[in-house]
Amino acid sequence: MTGSSLPVLEVKNLTKNYNSFQAVKGVSFELYPGEILGLLGPNGAGKTTIIHLLLGLTSPTSGEIRIFGLNPEKPRQREKILGRMNFSSTYVAMPYSLTLRESLQVFARLYGVKKARAKVEFLIEQFDLKEVADRPIRTLSSGQMTRLNLAKAFINDPEILLLDEPTASLDPDIADRTRTYLKEVKKSKNTAILCTSHNMQEMEEISDHLLFLNHGEIIARGTPQEVISRFRGEDLEDVFLKIAREARL
Amino acid sequence: MKLHRILAMFWRHIYLYRHSITRLVEIFYWPLLDLLVWGFVSLYISRLSGEGKSTPNFLGLFLGALILWDILFRSQQGISVSFLEEVWARNFLNLFVSPLTIGEYLVSLMLVAVFKVVVVFLISALLAWLLYSFNLFILGIYILPFMLNLIILGWAIGIITTGLILRFGQQAEVLAWGIAFLFQPISAVFYPVSVLPKFLQSLARIIPASYVFEGMRAVIFGRGFPTGLLVRAFSLNLVYLSLALFFFFLMFRQVRARGLLARMGE
Repeated sequence: MTGSSLPVLEVKNLTKNYNSFQAVKGVSFELYPGEILGLLGPNGAGKTTIIHLLLGLTSPTSGEIRIFGLNPEKPRQREKILGRMNFSSTYVAMPYSLTLRESLQVFARLYGVKKARAKVEFLIEQFDLKEVADRPIRTLSSGQMTRLNLAKAFINDPEILLLDEPTASLDPDIADRTRTYLKEVKKSKNTAILCTSHNMQEMEEISDHLLFLNHGEIIARGTPQEVISRFRGEDLEDVFLKIAREARL
Repeated sequence: MKLHRILAMFWRHIYLYRHSITRLVEIFYWPLLDLLVWGFVSLYISRLSGEGKSTPNFLGLFLGALILWDILFRSQQGISVSFLEEVWARNFLNLFVSPLTIGEYLVSLMLVAVFKVVVVFLISALLAWLLYSFNLFILGIYILPFMLNLIILGWAIGIITTGLILRFGQQAEVLAWGIAFLFQPISAVFYPVSVLPKFLQSLARIIPASYVFEGMRAVIFGRGFPTGLLVRAFSLNLVYLSLALFFFFLMFRQVRARGLLARMGE
Protein backbone atom coordinates (compact mmCIF):
# COMPACT_ATOMS: atom_id res chain seq x y z
CA MET A 1 0.00 0.00 0.00
CA THR A 2 1.31 3.38 -0.90
CA GLY A 3 1.15 5.86 1.91
CA SER A 4 -1.96 7.91 2.37
CA SER A 5 -3.51 7.63 -1.15
CA LEU A 6 -6.97 6.16 -1.54
CA PRO A 7 -7.44 2.79 -3.24
CA VAL A 8 -8.50 2.90 -6.90
CA LEU A 9 -9.97 -0.56 -6.57
CA GLU A 10 -11.78 -2.07 -3.59
CA VAL A 11 -13.14 -5.59 -3.43
CA LYS A 12 -15.21 -6.72 -0.45
CA ASN A 13 -16.40 -10.27 0.22
CA LEU A 14 -16.55 -11.05 -3.49
CA THR A 15 -18.17 -14.40 -4.28
CA LYS A 16 -18.95 -16.00 -7.61
CA ASN A 17 -20.88 -19.25 -7.90
CA TYR A 18 -21.48 -21.22 -11.06
CA ASN A 19 -24.43 -23.38 -9.98
CA SER A 20 -23.05 -25.39 -7.04
CA PHE A 21 -19.39 -24.60 -7.85
CA GLN A 22 -17.84 -21.71 -5.92
CA ALA A 23 -15.20 -20.14 -8.17
CA VAL A 24 -14.49 -17.21 -5.83
CA LYS A 25 -15.21 -17.31 -2.09
CA GLY A 26 -15.46 -14.10 -0.08
CA VAL A 27 -12.36 -12.41 -1.50
CA SER A 28 -11.44 -8.91 -0.25
CA PHE A 29 -8.52 -6.73 -1.29
CA GLU A 30 -7.55 -3.22 -2.37
CA LEU A 31 -5.33 -1.84 -5.09
CA TYR A 32 -3.59 1.52 -4.74
CA PRO A 33 -2.18 3.92 -7.34
CA GLY A 34 1.42 3.07 -8.20
CA GLU A 35 1.13 -0.47 -6.84
CA ILE A 36 1.69 -3.78 -8.64
CA LEU A 37 -0.43 -6.48 -7.06
CA GLY A 38 0.34 -10.04 -8.14
CA LEU A 39 -2.48 -12.57 -8.25
CA LEU A 40 -1.05 -16.06 -7.87
CA GLY A 41 -2.44 -19.54 -7.58
CA PRO A 42 -2.69 -22.89 -9.31
CA ASN A 43 -4.95 -23.44 -12.31
CA GLY A 44 -8.59 -23.12 -11.27
CA ALA A 45 -7.75 -21.05 -8.18
CA GLY A 46 -10.06 -18.24 -9.31
CA LYS A 47 -7.55 -15.68 -10.66
CA THR A 48 -9.13 -15.28 -14.09
CA THR A 49 -12.66 -15.22 -12.63
CA ILE A 50 -11.61 -12.32 -10.39
CA ILE A 51 -10.23 -10.44 -13.40
CA HIS A 52 -13.44 -11.12 -15.35
CA LEU A 53 -15.51 -9.88 -12.40
CA LEU A 54 -13.45 -6.69 -12.24
CA LEU A 55 -13.94 -6.15 -15.97
CA GLY A 56 -17.68 -6.72 -15.66
CA LEU A 57 -17.56 -9.70 -18.01
CA THR A 58 -19.49 -11.66 -15.41
CA SER A 59 -21.59 -10.55 -12.48
CA PRO A 60 -20.79 -11.34 -8.84
CA THR A 61 -23.07 -13.66 -6.86
CA SER A 62 -22.46 -11.48 -3.81
CA GLY A 63 -19.99 -8.93 -2.51
CA GLU A 64 -18.96 -5.52 -3.69
CA ILE A 65 -16.57 -4.07 -6.25
CA ARG A 66 -15.74 -0.37 -6.32
CA ILE A 67 -13.42 1.01 -9.00
CA PHE A 68 -12.55 4.71 -8.71
CA GLY A 69 -15.39 4.67 -6.16
CA LEU A 70 -17.86 3.60 -8.89
CA ASN A 71 -19.93 0.44 -9.22
CA PRO A 72 -19.13 -1.58 -12.39
CA GLU A 73 -22.49 -3.34 -12.14
CA LYS A 74 -24.24 -0.11 -13.14
CA PRO A 75 -23.95 0.30 -16.94
CA ARG A 76 -23.26 4.06 -16.97
CA GLN A 77 -20.63 3.75 -14.23
CA ARG A 78 -19.11 0.72 -15.98
CA GLU A 79 -18.62 2.81 -19.13
CA LYS A 80 -16.78 5.50 -17.12
CA ILE A 81 -14.63 2.93 -15.32
CA LEU A 82 -13.61 1.11 -18.50
CA GLY A 83 -12.48 4.35 -20.12
CA ARG A 84 -9.91 4.73 -17.32
CA MET A 85 -8.62 1.16 -17.18
CA ASN A 86 -7.40 -1.46 -19.63
CA PHE A 87 -6.69 -5.14 -19.95
CA SER A 88 -4.28 -7.43 -21.72
CA SER A 89 -4.33 -11.19 -21.95
CA THR A 90 -2.22 -13.66 -23.85
CA TYR A 91 -5.41 -15.59 -24.61
CA VAL A 92 -7.09 -12.75 -26.49
CA ALA A 93 -6.24 -11.82 -30.08
CA MET A 94 -7.22 -9.11 -32.55
CA PRO A 95 -8.82 -8.96 -36.02
CA TYR A 96 -6.65 -11.13 -38.27
CA SER A 97 -7.03 -9.15 -41.48
CA LEU A 98 -6.29 -5.71 -40.08
CA THR A 99 -2.71 -4.50 -39.88
CA LEU A 100 -1.22 -3.94 -36.45
CA ARG A 101 -1.35 -0.15 -36.96
CA GLU A 102 -5.01 -0.21 -38.10
CA SER A 103 -5.97 -2.33 -35.12
CA LEU A 104 -4.35 0.08 -32.65
CA GLN A 105 -6.08 2.98 -34.40
CA VAL A 106 -9.46 1.26 -33.93
CA PHE A 107 -8.79 0.92 -30.20
CA ALA A 108 -7.56 4.51 -29.98
CA ARG A 109 -10.96 5.57 -31.41
CA LEU A 110 -12.85 3.24 -29.05
CA TYR A 111 -11.11 4.83 -26.06
CA GLY A 112 -11.48 8.35 -27.46
CA VAL A 113 -7.71 8.94 -27.36
CA LYS A 114 -6.66 12.49 -28.27
CA LYS A 115 -3.76 12.74 -30.74
CA ALA A 116 -4.45 9.08 -31.56
CA ARG A 117 -1.96 8.86 -34.43
CA ALA A 118 0.96 10.03 -32.27
CA LYS A 119 -0.07 7.69 -29.44
CA VAL A 120 -0.22 4.70 -31.80
CA GLU A 121 3.21 5.50 -33.22
CA PHE A 122 4.66 5.90 -29.72
CA LEU A 123 3.34 2.49 -28.65
CA ILE A 124 4.56 0.83 -31.85
CA GLU A 125 8.02 2.19 -31.05
CA GLN A 126 7.81 1.38 -27.35
CA PHE A 127 6.91 -2.28 -27.91
CA ASP A 128 9.39 -2.75 -30.75
CA LEU A 129 6.70 -3.37 -33.35
CA LYS A 130 7.83 -0.93 -36.05
CA GLU A 131 8.93 -3.59 -38.51
CA VAL A 132 5.59 -5.38 -38.41
CA ALA A 133 3.30 -2.35 -38.00
CA ASP A 134 1.84 -2.64 -41.50
CA ARG A 135 1.60 -6.42 -41.56
CA PRO A 136 -1.75 -8.20 -41.14
CA ILE A 137 -2.18 -9.49 -37.61
CA ARG A 138 -2.55 -13.09 -38.83
CA THR A 139 1.13 -13.05 -39.85
CA LEU A 140 2.42 -12.06 -36.39
CA SER A 141 4.27 -14.50 -34.16
CA SER A 142 2.83 -15.22 -30.72
CA GLY A 143 5.47 -12.97 -29.14
CA GLN A 144 4.56 -10.09 -31.46
CA MET A 145 0.88 -10.71 -30.71
CA THR A 146 1.53 -10.49 -26.97
CA ARG A 147 3.37 -7.20 -27.49
CA LEU A 148 0.50 -5.88 -29.59
CA ASN A 149 -1.92 -6.80 -26.78
CA LEU A 150 0.27 -4.92 -24.32
CA ALA A 151 0.48 -1.91 -26.64
CA LYS A 152 -3.33 -1.92 -26.85
CA ALA A 153 -3.51 -2.03 -23.05
CA PHE A 154 -1.56 1.25 -22.83
CA ILE A 155 -3.56 3.06 -25.55
CA ASN A 156 -5.62 5.13 -23.06
CA ASP A 157 -2.89 5.66 -20.44
CA PRO A 158 -4.92 3.57 -18.00
CA GLU A 159 -4.98 4.36 -14.29
CA ILE A 160 -5.64 0.66 -13.63
CA LEU A 161 -4.17 -2.08 -15.74
CA LEU A 162 -5.28 -5.71 -15.51
CA LEU A 163 -2.77 -8.12 -16.99
CA ASP A 164 -3.38 -11.83 -17.50
CA GLU A 165 -0.03 -13.57 -18.10
CA PRO A 166 1.51 -10.47 -19.70
CA THR A 167 4.86 -11.97 -20.65
CA ALA A 168 3.80 -15.50 -21.63
CA SER A 169 5.30 -16.43 -25.02
CA LEU A 170 7.79 -13.55 -25.00
CA ASP A 171 11.50 -14.25 -25.35
CA PRO A 172 13.59 -13.43 -22.23
CA ASP A 173 14.87 -10.15 -23.71
CA ILE A 174 11.43 -8.75 -24.63
CA ALA A 175 9.94 -10.14 -21.38
CA ASP A 176 12.60 -8.28 -19.41
CA ARG A 177 11.97 -5.05 -21.36
CA THR A 178 8.23 -5.43 -20.72
CA ARG A 179 8.80 -5.84 -16.98
CA THR A 180 11.04 -2.77 -16.99
CA TYR A 181 8.36 -0.81 -18.86
CA LEU A 182 5.67 -1.91 -16.37
CA LYS A 183 7.83 -0.76 -13.47
CA GLU A 184 8.53 2.54 -15.22
CA VAL A 185 4.83 3.18 -15.94
CA LYS A 186 3.91 2.34 -12.39
CA LYS A 187 6.46 4.87 -11.14
CA SER A 188 6.06 7.67 -13.67
CA LYS A 189 2.29 7.54 -14.17
CA ASN A 190 1.29 6.08 -10.81
CA THR A 191 -0.57 3.29 -12.63
CA ALA A 192 -2.11 0.57 -10.48
CA ILE A 193 -1.44 -2.86 -11.95
CA LEU A 194 -3.12 -6.17 -11.12
CA CYS A 195 -1.22 -8.98 -12.72
CA THR A 196 -1.52 -12.77 -12.94
CA SER A 197 1.38 -14.93 -14.03
CA HIS A 198 2.75 -18.42 -13.65
CA ASN A 199 6.27 -17.04 -13.84
CA MET A 200 7.13 -16.87 -10.13
CA GLN A 201 10.49 -15.19 -10.65
CA GLU A 202 8.76 -12.41 -12.54
CA MET A 203 6.09 -11.97 -9.87
CA GLU A 204 8.75 -11.83 -7.17
CA GLU A 205 10.60 -9.17 -9.17
CA ILE A 206 7.77 -6.80 -10.10
CA SER A 207 5.06 -7.22 -7.43
CA ASP A 208 4.80 -4.89 -4.45
CA HIS A 209 2.22 -7.19 -2.92
CA LEU A 210 0.87 -10.64 -3.64
CA LEU A 211 -2.44 -12.40 -3.18
CA PHE A 212 -2.13 -16.18 -3.14
CA LEU A 213 -5.36 -17.88 -4.14
CA ASN A 214 -6.39 -21.47 -3.78
CA HIS A 215 -9.85 -22.96 -4.44
CA GLY A 216 -11.26 -19.43 -4.82
CA GLU A 217 -9.95 -18.19 -1.44
CA ILE A 218 -7.04 -15.95 -0.51
CA ILE A 219 -4.71 -18.13 1.53
CA ALA A 220 -1.84 -15.67 1.82
CA ARG A 221 -1.17 -12.01 1.23
CA GLY A 222 1.72 -9.62 1.72
CA THR A 223 4.98 -8.63 0.07
CA PRO A 224 6.76 -11.41 -1.84
CA GLN A 225 9.22 -11.78 1.06
CA GLU A 226 6.41 -12.03 3.62
CA VAL A 227 4.67 -14.75 1.61
CA ILE A 228 7.92 -16.69 1.14
CA SER A 229 8.71 -16.51 4.89
CA ARG A 230 5.19 -17.51 5.89
CA PHE A 231 5.38 -20.74 3.90
CA ARG A 232 9.05 -21.28 4.79
CA GLY A 233 9.99 -21.50 1.13
CA GLU A 234 13.25 -20.75 -0.58
CA ASP A 235 11.57 -18.54 -3.14
CA LEU A 236 8.13 -17.89 -4.61
CA GLU A 237 8.37 -20.88 -6.94
CA ASP A 238 9.02 -23.16 -3.96
CA VAL A 239 5.96 -21.70 -2.19
CA PHE A 240 3.84 -22.15 -5.29
CA LEU A 241 4.85 -25.80 -5.65
CA LYS A 242 4.05 -26.52 -1.99
CA ILE A 243 0.60 -24.94 -2.25
CA ALA A 244 -0.28 -26.42 -5.62
CA ARG A 245 0.76 -29.94 -4.58
CA GLU A 246 -1.10 -29.74 -1.27
CA ALA A 247 -4.17 -28.57 -3.15
CA ARG A 248 -4.06 -31.57 -5.43
CA LEU A 249 -3.69 -34.13 -2.62
CA MET B 1 -6.24 -48.40 -49.15
CA LYS B 2 -7.24 -49.65 -45.72
CA LEU B 3 -10.92 -49.96 -44.85
CA HIS B 4 -10.34 -49.28 -41.13
CA ARG B 5 -8.80 -45.88 -41.89
CA ILE B 6 -11.64 -44.94 -44.27
CA LEU B 7 -14.20 -46.03 -41.65
CA ALA B 8 -12.33 -44.13 -38.93
CA MET B 9 -12.76 -40.92 -40.94
CA PHE B 10 -16.37 -41.81 -41.78
CA TRP B 11 -17.19 -42.18 -38.06
CA ARG B 12 -15.27 -39.01 -37.22
CA HIS B 13 -17.89 -37.08 -39.22
CA ILE B 14 -20.88 -39.16 -38.11
CA TYR B 15 -19.98 -38.49 -34.43
CA LEU B 16 -20.33 -34.77 -35.21
CA TYR B 17 -23.98 -35.25 -36.13
CA ARG B 18 -24.62 -37.21 -32.91
CA HIS B 19 -23.56 -34.18 -30.86
CA SER B 20 -24.93 -31.34 -32.95
CA ILE B 21 -28.63 -30.91 -33.69
CA THR B 22 -27.89 -27.89 -35.89
CA ARG B 23 -25.66 -29.97 -38.20
CA LEU B 24 -28.32 -32.67 -38.36
CA VAL B 25 -31.06 -30.18 -39.18
CA GLU B 26 -28.88 -28.54 -41.85
CA ILE B 27 -28.83 -31.77 -43.89
CA PHE B 28 -32.59 -31.47 -44.45
CA TYR B 29 -32.85 -27.69 -44.30
CA TRP B 30 -31.58 -26.62 -47.73
CA PRO B 31 -33.26 -29.36 -49.82
CA LEU B 32 -36.57 -28.65 -48.08
CA LEU B 33 -36.32 -24.90 -48.69
CA ASP B 34 -35.38 -25.43 -52.36
CA LEU B 35 -38.31 -27.77 -52.75
CA LEU B 36 -40.74 -25.26 -51.25
CA VAL B 37 -39.51 -22.19 -53.13
CA TRP B 38 -39.17 -23.80 -56.56
CA GLY B 39 -42.37 -25.83 -56.07
CA PHE B 40 -44.37 -22.63 -55.48
CA VAL B 41 -42.62 -20.86 -58.38
CA SER B 42 -43.64 -23.74 -60.71
CA LEU B 43 -47.19 -23.61 -59.36
CA TYR B 44 -47.37 -19.86 -60.02
CA ILE B 45 -46.15 -20.23 -63.61
CA SER B 46 -48.45 -23.16 -64.40
CA ARG B 47 -51.46 -21.26 -62.93
CA LEU B 48 -50.71 -18.27 -65.12
CA SER B 49 -50.47 -20.36 -68.28
CA GLY B 50 -53.56 -22.40 -67.26
CA GLU B 51 -55.62 -19.23 -66.87
CA GLY B 52 -54.48 -18.12 -70.31
CA LYS B 53 -53.30 -14.77 -68.98
CA SER B 54 -50.70 -12.80 -70.88
CA THR B 55 -47.18 -13.71 -69.77
CA PRO B 56 -45.92 -11.20 -67.24
CA ASN B 57 -42.45 -9.66 -67.33
CA PHE B 58 -40.69 -12.65 -65.71
CA LEU B 59 -37.27 -11.06 -66.11
CA GLY B 60 -38.35 -8.07 -64.06
CA LEU B 61 -40.25 -10.19 -61.54
CA PHE B 62 -37.45 -12.62 -60.83
CA LEU B 63 -34.42 -10.33 -61.13
CA GLY B 64 -36.10 -7.58 -59.11
CA ALA B 65 -37.14 -10.10 -56.46
CA LEU B 66 -33.69 -11.64 -56.34
CA ILE B 67 -31.95 -8.28 -55.89
CA LEU B 68 -34.41 -7.14 -53.22
CA TRP B 69 -34.15 -10.49 -51.42
CA ASP B 70 -30.39 -10.02 -51.29
CA ILE B 71 -30.95 -6.76 -49.41
CA LEU B 72 -32.65 -8.66 -46.58
CA PHE B 73 -29.99 -11.38 -46.61
CA ARG B 74 -27.03 -8.93 -46.62
CA SER B 75 -28.61 -6.85 -43.90
CA GLN B 76 -28.98 -9.92 -41.67
CA GLN B 77 -25.44 -11.04 -42.48
CA GLY B 78 -24.08 -7.54 -41.87
CA ILE B 79 -25.10 -8.06 -38.25
CA SER B 80 -24.47 -11.73 -37.53
CA VAL B 81 -21.35 -12.33 -39.65
CA SER B 82 -19.72 -9.11 -38.44
CA PHE B 83 -20.34 -10.35 -34.89
CA LEU B 84 -18.86 -13.74 -35.78
CA GLU B 85 -15.76 -12.03 -37.20
CA GLU B 86 -14.97 -10.77 -33.67
CA VAL B 87 -15.52 -14.23 -32.20
CA TRP B 88 -13.30 -15.93 -34.80
CA ALA B 89 -10.59 -13.29 -34.33
CA ARG B 90 -10.79 -13.76 -30.52
CA ASN B 91 -11.20 -9.97 -30.35
CA PHE B 92 -14.54 -10.09 -28.58
CA LEU B 93 -13.12 -9.61 -25.10
CA ASN B 94 -11.03 -6.59 -26.13
CA LEU B 95 -14.22 -4.87 -27.29
CA PHE B 96 -16.29 -5.66 -24.22
CA VAL B 97 -13.64 -4.48 -21.78
CA SER B 98 -13.50 -1.13 -23.59
CA PRO B 99 -16.02 1.68 -22.89
CA LEU B 100 -18.05 0.45 -25.88
CA THR B 101 -21.67 -0.16 -24.78
CA ILE B 102 -23.86 -2.94 -26.14
CA GLY B 103 -26.16 -0.35 -27.70
CA GLU B 104 -23.24 1.34 -29.48
CA TYR B 105 -21.99 -2.04 -30.66
CA LEU B 106 -25.37 -2.98 -32.16
CA VAL B 107 -25.73 0.39 -33.90
CA SER B 108 -22.25 -0.03 -35.42
CA LEU B 109 -23.28 -3.47 -36.75
CA MET B 110 -26.45 -1.97 -38.24
CA LEU B 111 -24.31 0.63 -40.03
CA VAL B 112 -22.05 -2.12 -41.39
CA ALA B 113 -25.18 -3.90 -42.65
CA VAL B 114 -26.41 -0.77 -44.46
CA PHE B 115 -22.98 -0.26 -46.02
CA LYS B 116 -22.92 -3.88 -47.30
CA VAL B 117 -26.48 -3.59 -48.60
CA VAL B 118 -25.80 -0.39 -50.56
CA VAL B 119 -22.62 -1.77 -52.13
CA VAL B 120 -24.21 -5.11 -53.10
CA PHE B 121 -27.38 -3.42 -54.34
CA LEU B 122 -25.53 -1.00 -56.62
CA ILE B 123 -23.32 -3.74 -58.08
CA SER B 124 -26.31 -6.09 -58.62
CA ALA B 125 -28.39 -3.34 -60.24
CA LEU B 126 -25.51 -2.44 -62.57
CA LEU B 127 -24.89 -6.08 -63.55
CA ALA B 128 -28.63 -6.68 -64.14
CA TRP B 129 -28.68 -3.69 -66.47
CA LEU B 130 -25.46 -4.67 -68.30
CA LEU B 131 -26.22 -8.39 -68.66
CA TYR B 132 -30.02 -8.47 -68.98
CA SER B 133 -30.96 -4.88 -69.84
CA PHE B 134 -33.11 -4.90 -66.73
CA ASN B 135 -33.43 -1.51 -65.10
CA LEU B 136 -34.27 -1.99 -61.42
CA PHE B 137 -34.89 1.72 -61.12
CA ILE B 138 -38.19 1.30 -62.98
CA LEU B 139 -39.44 0.92 -59.42
CA GLY B 140 -38.53 4.60 -59.10
CA ILE B 141 -38.53 6.30 -55.72
CA TYR B 142 -40.62 3.36 -54.39
CA ILE B 143 -37.45 1.35 -54.15
CA LEU B 144 -36.38 3.29 -51.04
CA PRO B 145 -39.26 2.23 -48.73
CA PHE B 146 -38.94 -1.33 -50.10
CA MET B 147 -35.23 -1.34 -49.24
CA LEU B 148 -35.75 0.27 -45.85
CA ASN B 149 -38.28 -2.38 -44.82
CA LEU B 150 -36.03 -5.23 -45.93
CA ILE B 151 -33.03 -3.70 -44.15
CA ILE B 152 -34.98 -3.39 -40.88
CA LEU B 153 -36.23 -6.99 -41.11
CA GLY B 154 -32.63 -8.10 -41.85
CA TRP B 155 -31.45 -6.23 -38.74
CA ALA B 156 -34.11 -7.91 -36.59
CA ILE B 157 -33.24 -11.41 -37.86
CA GLY B 158 -29.51 -10.66 -37.52
CA ILE B 159 -29.85 -9.43 -33.95
CA ILE B 160 -31.86 -12.52 -32.91
CA THR B 161 -29.28 -14.77 -34.59
CA THR B 162 -26.47 -12.96 -32.79
CA GLY B 163 -28.26 -13.38 -29.46
CA LEU B 164 -28.57 -17.12 -30.12
CA ILE B 165 -24.89 -17.42 -31.08
CA LEU B 166 -23.95 -15.49 -27.95
CA ARG B 167 -26.01 -17.88 -25.80
CA PHE B 168 -25.30 -21.22 -27.51
CA GLY B 169 -21.84 -20.55 -28.97
CA GLN B 170 -20.37 -22.26 -32.03
CA GLN B 171 -23.28 -24.70 -32.32
CA ALA B 172 -25.52 -21.83 -33.40
CA GLU B 173 -23.06 -20.32 -35.93
CA VAL B 174 -24.79 -22.09 -38.79
CA LEU B 175 -27.82 -19.83 -38.21
CA ALA B 176 -25.83 -16.85 -39.46
CA TRP B 177 -25.75 -18.40 -42.96
CA GLY B 178 -29.17 -19.96 -43.20
CA ILE B 179 -31.76 -18.39 -40.94
CA ALA B 180 -32.89 -15.70 -43.42
CA PHE B 181 -33.76 -18.38 -45.97
CA LEU B 182 -36.23 -19.85 -43.50
CA PHE B 183 -38.41 -16.83 -44.28
CA GLN B 184 -38.01 -17.06 -48.07
CA PRO B 185 -40.86 -19.48 -48.93
CA ILE B 186 -43.41 -17.51 -46.87
CA SER B 187 -42.05 -14.10 -47.94
CA ALA B 188 -43.52 -14.76 -51.40
CA VAL B 189 -40.34 -13.50 -53.02
CA PHE B 190 -40.88 -15.02 -56.49
CA TYR B 191 -44.65 -15.61 -56.45
CA PRO B 192 -47.73 -13.95 -54.92
CA VAL B 193 -48.97 -14.92 -51.45
CA SER B 194 -52.13 -16.34 -53.08
CA VAL B 195 -50.06 -19.24 -54.49
CA LEU B 196 -49.33 -20.50 -50.97
CA PRO B 197 -51.64 -22.95 -49.17
CA LYS B 198 -54.04 -21.27 -46.72
CA PHE B 199 -52.02 -22.00 -43.54
CA LEU B 200 -48.85 -20.59 -45.13
CA GLN B 201 -50.78 -17.53 -46.30
CA SER B 202 -51.60 -16.82 -42.64
CA LEU B 203 -47.93 -17.07 -41.78
CA ALA B 204 -46.99 -14.82 -44.71
CA ARG B 205 -49.27 -12.11 -43.32
CA ILE B 206 -47.03 -11.74 -40.27
CA ILE B 207 -43.83 -11.56 -42.35
CA PRO B 208 -43.08 -7.94 -43.37
CA ALA B 209 -41.09 -9.07 -46.42
CA SER B 210 -44.21 -10.60 -47.99
CA TYR B 211 -45.81 -7.12 -48.17
CA VAL B 212 -42.65 -5.71 -49.75
CA PHE B 213 -42.58 -8.34 -52.50
CA GLU B 214 -46.32 -8.02 -53.11
CA GLY B 215 -45.71 -4.27 -53.37
CA MET B 216 -42.87 -4.77 -55.83
CA ARG B 217 -45.13 -6.86 -58.07
CA ALA B 218 -47.87 -4.24 -57.82
CA VAL B 219 -45.45 -1.54 -59.08
CA ILE B 220 -44.09 -3.77 -61.87
CA PHE B 221 -47.64 -4.61 -63.00
CA GLY B 222 -48.48 -0.88 -62.96
CA ARG B 223 -51.00 -1.11 -60.13
CA GLY B 224 -49.53 1.95 -58.38
CA PHE B 225 -47.72 2.48 -55.10
CA PRO B 226 -48.90 0.05 -52.42
CA THR B 227 -48.98 2.45 -49.45
CA GLY B 228 -51.17 0.16 -47.33
CA LEU B 229 -48.86 -2.83 -47.80
CA LEU B 230 -45.79 -0.82 -46.89
CA VAL B 231 -47.40 0.68 -43.78
CA ARG B 232 -48.23 -2.86 -42.61
CA ALA B 233 -44.66 -4.01 -43.35
CA PHE B 234 -43.20 -1.04 -41.50
CA SER B 235 -45.43 -1.54 -38.43
CA LEU B 236 -44.55 -5.24 -38.22
CA ASN B 237 -40.87 -4.41 -38.66
CA LEU B 238 -40.91 -1.99 -35.73
CA VAL B 239 -42.47 -4.67 -33.53
CA TYR B 240 -39.91 -7.30 -34.64
CA LEU B 241 -36.94 -4.97 -34.23
CA SER B 242 -38.07 -4.08 -30.69
CA LEU B 243 -38.54 -7.77 -29.85
CA ALA B 244 -35.13 -8.61 -31.35
CA LEU B 245 -33.40 -5.95 -29.23
CA PHE B 246 -35.22 -7.15 -26.11
CA PHE B 247 -34.20 -10.74 -26.87
CA PHE B 248 -30.55 -9.75 -27.45
CA PHE B 249 -30.30 -7.82 -24.16
CA LEU B 250 -31.94 -10.76 -22.34
CA MET B 251 -29.41 -13.20 -23.84
CA PHE B 252 -26.55 -10.84 -23.02
CA ARG B 253 -27.63 -10.64 -19.38
CA GLN B 254 -27.90 -14.43 -19.12
CA VAL B 255 -24.56 -15.00 -20.82
CA ARG B 256 -22.86 -12.50 -18.52
CA ALA B 257 -24.30 -14.08 -15.37
CA ARG B 258 -23.14 -17.53 -16.49
CA GLY B 259 -19.62 -16.31 -17.29
CA LEU B 260 -19.99 -17.35 -20.95
CA LEU B 261 -19.05 -13.93 -22.31
CA ALA B 262 -15.41 -14.40 -21.39
CA ARG B 263 -15.36 -17.94 -22.77
CA MET B 264 -16.66 -16.70 -26.12
CA GLY B 265 -13.83 -14.18 -26.37
CA GLU B 266 -10.92 -16.49 -25.66
